Amino acid sequence: MAVKLPIYMDYNATTPVDPRVLEDMLPYFTEKFGNAASRSHSFGWTADEAVNAARERIAHLIGAESGNEIVITSGATESNNLALKGVAEFYKDKGNHIITTTIEHKAVLDTCKRLEKQGCQVTYVAVGKDGVVDPEDIRKAMTDKTILVSVMLANNEIGTVQPIAEIGKITREKGVLLHTDAVQGLGKVPFDVTSTNADLVSMSAHKMYGPKGVGALWVRRSKPRVRLVAQMDGGGHERGMRSGTLNVPSIVGFGKAAELAVLERPAEAARTRAQRERLRTIIQDGLDQVFVNGSLEHRLPGNLNLSFAFVEGEAIIMAIKDVAVSSGSACTSASLEPSYVLKAMGVGDELAHSSIRFGIGRFTTDEEVEYVGKLVVEKIKGLREMSPLYEMYKEGIDLKSVSWSAH
Amino acid sequence: MAYSDKVIDHYENPRNVGALDKGDEQVGTGLVGAPACGDVMRLQIKVNDDGVIQDAKFKTFGCGSAIASSSLATEWLKGRTLDQALEIRNRDIASELNLPPVKIHCSVLAEDAIKSAIEDFRRKQAAKRAISQPEAKPAEPPQASKPADPAAEQARVSEG
Repeated sequence: MAVKLPIYMDYNATTPVDPRVLEDMLPYFTEKFGNAASRSHSFGWTADEAVNAARERIAHLIGAESGNEIVITSGATESNNLALKGVAEFYKDKGNHIITTTIEHKAVLDTCKRLEKQGCQVTYVAVGKDGVVDPEDIRKAMTDKTILVSVMLANNEIGTVQPIAEIGKITREKGVLLHTDAVQGLGKVPFDVTSTNADLVSMSAHKMYGPKGVGALWVRRSKPRVRLVAQMDGGGHERGMRSGTLNVPSIVGFGKAAELAVLERPAEAARTRAQRERLRTIIQDGLDQVFVNGSLEHRLPGNLNLSFAFVEGEAIIMAIKDVAVSSGSACTSASLEPSYVLKAMGVGDELAHSSIRFGIGRFTTDEEVEYVGKLVVEKIKGLREMSPLYEMYKEGIDLKSVSWSAH
Repeated sequence: MAYSDKVIDHYENPRNVGALDKGDEQVGTGLVGAPACGDVMRLQIKVNDDGVIQDAKFKTFGCGSAIASSSLATEWLKGRTLDQALEIRNRDIASELNLPPVKIHCSVLAEDAIKSAIEDFRRKQAAKRAISQPEAKPAEPPQASKPADPAAEQARVSEG
């Protein structure tokens, strides 16, 4: 069966809005356009009701008790900023130490860097070669000044799922707050705030078939009651934690996306995992020297991050130009540095330059998987024919023994 | 990365991919770059008795513009004398391919590869001449040589 090109296989970057989500959103742009903060007329009440219904759906997605604990934001970057800065500021008399990992999203890492400049101490716990953090390393990093631990539910590049529940046992035992950036994992792997003891959870709609530009921070209201200092001043929306008129259509869409994520996760996870494994099998059966980055066991079902030795990532992306994927190669980043996530887990620069991330999701078809798998095998073979490194490898030359001229 | 049509053309239809016999004394091999930096170029020239490059081949590990730069370099090398080949500058390659600023280093690498291949050829020729002399030195095994080696300049002077 013919596939339609281009093929989207970058679901870790973003996802299309599910048509069912869009359908729910549309009336809130036009006839139901009211400001959810308007208390004096039905336009406002209608918008407010829709927003509250969405909050309940979002809360349900993470097993939270009440939609009142949901603080709507512009997305996960803002949620992460609010969680870390808000907690650091509110609890500064209690302590100034934060623990996170080396593979967090930049929205967490760069927020930590800023907090360090403002007097916080931050410990960046390393991950293992499998891209998974050891909860005991979190425990060892704790001091009597520790106020917050921030560990992502799943990594955006390598898809590794972190042991949040084990970390939550430690933070609860020590009386330290636990924040998790759950963006990549929601709707893909089981997660709830009760069994994990999470206290703050960052979410984003556009990674789960909702619209871009809307997200949320769940803030635990009891046992313990988590307090934050708002980072945006204004009309006191969102219980004073995040001022700004609510983006009603997007919040409605986020709510619908959350509802669908709950309903469809089991079947979708099984399907995307099978497709991921099929893709991996086609590629690894067809090519030598292809390495999976990150644990296959503790991994998002639809994520596959591979390093194709002896070929460079950007060249691969150009070779499979009708397939949308991403690379940890420096040549595809603005910084001209290879992926810090791959580096953090001990992948050498050579293989980091050769990495490709495939993201499989709700609308990926089996035909697309077959097409991409075969295309990758064919194109990598072609690029290796052009690679002096592959020729040297085939001749039995140890590439590490060559004295390369760094430039 | 938004590339020019010329880069895309060289990337999709690379000219002169392949290998020449490294052991042939008429062949010069340049291997520059490093895997850890994300690009390695191997450029080879075959020089005839008149000192004219009659064939050129490359293999490149690198991004699209690295492949295009080396492909273009092999095209330009054919039919040139060694001295003419040494006149190829990275900025000529960059402007011909309309490389974006972050990719200029790819053209630098191609210039280095040209110099390195010529240097290797001249080293072999010098070694060949030295065979009959008492102070003969064996040819060094091919390795990724530093660009702009002063020895290349000396060799050029002595031969030109």
